[in-house]
Amino acid sequence: MKILIVGGGMGGTILANNLARRLKGELSSGKAHITMLSASDKHMYQPGLLYVALGRMSADELYRDQASLLEPGINFHVDPVEEFNLDNNNVKTKSGKTYDYDIIVIATGSRAVPENIPGLAENSINVYTEQAALNFYQTINSFEGGRIVIAVGVPHKCPMIPPELTFTLYDFFNDRGMGDKVSIHYTYPIGRLHALEPVANWMQGEFATRGVTSETLFNMKEVDGDKKVVRSEEGSEVEFDLLVAVPAHKGMEVVESNNLGASGWIPVDKKRLNIEGHDNAFAIGDTTNIPISKAGSTAHFEAEALAENIASMVKIGQPVRDYDGKVFCFIEAGKDKATYAMFNYNNPPDPKPPTKSLHWFKMAYNNLYWASARGLL
Amino acid sequence: MAERKVIDARGSFCPGPLMELIAGIKLIEIGDELEVLSSDKGSSSDIPEWVNKVGHEIVSNTEEDGVWHIVVRKTK
Repeated sequence: MKILIVGGGMGGTILANNLARRLKGELSSGKAHITMLSASDKHMYQPGLLYVALGRMSADELYRDQASLLEPGINFHVDPVEEFNLDNNNVKTKSGKTYDYDIIVIATGSRAVPENIPGLAENSINVYTEQAALNFYQTINSFEGGRIVIAVGVPHKCPMIPPELTFTLYDFFNDRGMGDKVSIHYTYPIGRLHALEPVANWMQGEFATRGVTSETLFNMKEVDGDKKVVRSEEGSEVEFDLLVAVPAHKGMEVVESNNLGASGWIPVDKKRLNIEGHDNAFAIGDTTNIPISKAGSTAHFEAEALAENIASMVKIGQPVRDYDGKVFCFIEAGKDKATYAMFNYNNPPDPKPPTKSLHWFKMAYNNLYWASARGLL
Repeated sequence: MAERKVIDARGSFCPGPLMELIAGIKLIEIGDELEVLSSDKGSSSDIPEWVNKVGHEIVSNTEEDGVWHIVVRKTK
């Protein structure tokens, strides 16, 4: 049984490693083969980008060699897919090779597209790529004061980024003695401060304590760089001295160009994770259209469920469990306190007040992540 | 003929039914409709609040067996 995994991010890597352990015997005997195709020889720890943007982590700490994270027995190639032929069970890659498969898992992730809002890319900063995060730090490091506006596009990965940016920026400038020179104005697309109601309620009190102002029901329409205003679809206009964007995202271009899903979001069954219309093709992580957080933990827990199912498909010919919608997200509440939100399809989140110990657990997780990627944690 | 697509956001806590609608409405044509299914009672007021503010149209807003069905037409 040939298993092909497309994408070397969190979902694809955890899936590959988890599968390789479950199918150790089958890999040795040749009954199963696992191949991973990625566009990069490096694996990036994306949550680290926020810390790079704040000057608390160096960019090189974000990366490890992808091959070093993979279990023996996984055939890894840096050879991005250009054509998906799901009806014929093969893909074609940039090098011109064709890879046949019996089972395919697409885990290609998502990307921020600030260029989709007129004026946004050139008039804002964000944390979603290494270059953007480095530029973010240079910008805040030289900011002499004024009104910082946080504006959020839909959908975006890492749902906790809007509050995390607010709280960490507040502490960044206060620690520099610039608290009286900097004001923060937070905008959000729906009628409360965050998608998760308990988080929104908690944020209200935290904003009041810090003097952070806000406007909800604000979806970016365009940015006027000359007048330094951001306008919303809902008809309002906000002035800024520094615009911090959480841009809307899309799936990867290869997903769109192969007509696998509008905007690169692949329709999958939210429990079995198979691509609609296919029993042997799956998708996990950001690139699915499941109405769930686009977060590393989502990819992680989907990968674990799918690995168990693919292994059982190899061993007994059928899947054995559903993905239950589990998501776990840390929430940094400033420089030294954090909380978390954990939920699934049936159980809503119930975040507790932030603590220092949870912040330190998050700091530890910045390094423990590599054990997660190897399927160990 | 207007198309209607369904967003099944039952059991969706984050980003939640309204944000799924905001993301989904970008992907349809003017005149087409989205039907949002939600297990969250708040959607029956959250969604119309946004739809009315931004200027789209609520076609219907009903509840059946604990699931809210809210149909929105894209007008601009």
